[in-house]
Amino acid sequence: MKALVAVKRVVDANVKVRIKPDHSGVDLTNVKMSINPFCEIAVEEAVRLKEKGIVSEIVIVAVGPKEAQEQLRSSMALGGDRSILVETNHDDLGALEVAKILKGIALEEKPDLILLGKQAIDDESNQVGQMLSALLGSGQATFASEITVNGDKVQVIREIDGGLQTIELTQPAVITADLRLNEPRYVKLPDIMKARKKPLDVKTPADYQVTVATKLKTIAVENPPERQAGIRVNSVDELVDKLKNEAKVI
Amino acid sequence: MSILVIAEHDNQTLNSATLHVVAAAQQIGGEVTVLVAGQNVHAVAEQAQHVAGVGRVLAADQAVYAHHLAENLSALVVDLANGYTHILAPSTTTGKNVLPRVAALLDVSMVTDIIAVNAANTFKRAIYAGNAIATVQSEERIILATVRTTAFDAVAAEGGSAQIETIDLAKDAGVSQFVTEEIIKTDRPELSAARVVVSGGRGVGSGENYHQVLDPLADKLGAALGASRAAVDAGFVPNDMQVGQTGKIVAPDLYIAAGISGAIQHLAGMKDSKVIVAINKDEEAPINAVADYWLVGDLNDVVPELVSKI
Repeated sequence: MKALVAVKRVVDANVKVRIKPDHSGVDLTNVKMSINPFCEIAVEEAVRLKEKGIVSEIVIVAVGPKEAQEQLRSSMALGGDRSILVETNHDDLGALEVAKILKGIALEEKPDLILLGKQAIDDESNQVGQMLSALLGSGQATFASEITVNGDKVQVIREIDGGLQTIELTQPAVITADLRLNEPRYVKLPDIMKARKKPLDVKTPADYQVTVATKLKTIAVENPPERQAGIRVNSVDELVDKLKNEAKVI
Repeated sequence: MSILVIAEHDNQTLNSATLHVVAAAQQIGGEVTVLVAGQNVHAVAEQAQHVAGVGRVLAADQAVYAHHLAENLSALVVDLANGYTHILAPSTTTGKNVLPRVAALLDVSMVTDIIAVNAANTFKRAIYAGNAIATVQSEERIILATVRTTAFDAVAAEGGSAQIETIDLAKDAGVSQFVTEEIIKTDRPELSAARVVVSGGRGVGSGENYHQVLDPLADKLGAALGASRAAVDAGFVPNDMQVGQTGKIVAPDLYIAAGISGAIQHLAGMKDSKVIVAINKDEEAPINAVADYWLVGDLNDVVPELVSKI
């Protein structure tokens, strides 16, 4: 069985972002970039399925700038077999356009399972997996916290508001990873060395007949309203008094 | 302007999230139609019919929609989409699951989790874990968006008198099947709609201690219980209680964070609360920077004392 995993290069989760003075976006110059945490979980899951003997080949794909090769290399160090980078320097690449490119790759590669993160921590769209599944006409399981492959079916436990839901999909299926699906392993140095020799193909959106021009325009990016600095209270009595008489919330 | 709102419900009761989405629809302006798709949804359709500001209710009562499987529900919405300028759904797990699928089938881009309406095609939304607010404009022929419920005040559940129309479409994509569901029952208010939220983090130490210390406070305040990711990952409480970028977004009148350090990802889920109280042993905890009132101390002493004095 073949697995396709999509990964995204994003600003590191621990970075406090700065807004550009002209409000055109977030300043990413000299900022630490990483693989999106949810994508890393998707890669780890594919590797675990390979270790169980269910998956035989893992193809990693990224859509983004040239530098996204770093994230593909680190995904291959985790256990991916080969990679495809669809290179584009288009800043405002939309979720729909990414989904169309991934569809093109899926039609070529014919994977049985397609794994993605549930959302990217930069644009927080939470759309690409669902859109890709729609374009392929496949079943989708979003917010997955457990995946079990049974022959040509796949059972997925999903995190939903209020609890958990289990659904069963026919393959090929699109699954988006939630945080609790697994804990990605640390990459060892020999694996990083080996990953350098694994194949990495570079393509362009045009190879998949996709025009990267989203109809969602970002007009401005601003700082969120700042909260006023709070007060340190020294006793429970003082806290109760403040909540009752100043904030009037209890 | 003609707006279709996809109702959130459990086949028996209309979820209050829908009332917030109708409020957002009213800010866009135009006629509001609510789609109630599910199985045996007569009661839900009747509740939707009485929601203030709703002009029309479409009821699709079919077994294939019972569990809101994205494949079936999105096919139905696509069939109904013609003639609407906007299709909205709440930013719940159901809304997030279904609407992007509808968007791709209609070949349009969509907007996730809007927090403000600037114009019929211009919205504000949070990006980078709430550390930046983007204003986005859609040039699509039909605008699809999920709505952050805590950012819009709910419309009244009573006062409307919409007509109910039955939709006789049963779309079964045949690629997915519902197997089972495990819903955690609670008598407390729903987390994302509660007026007061009491949240615990890694600092509570254990699941037992979480409930021993925080339950009495939540009981006293009529509050919902929440948690940080650390508390969920440590197994203290189930994951549907997680507040944050990857969990629920809350904006109650009062948010009490006990034993929570205040990681960026947690703050993204609660920093729009009106009043934030932090109880933490660590004087340097980042949560103190966003708290209106912060008290340095052991939560095992402070919280029981607080319960006795409220």
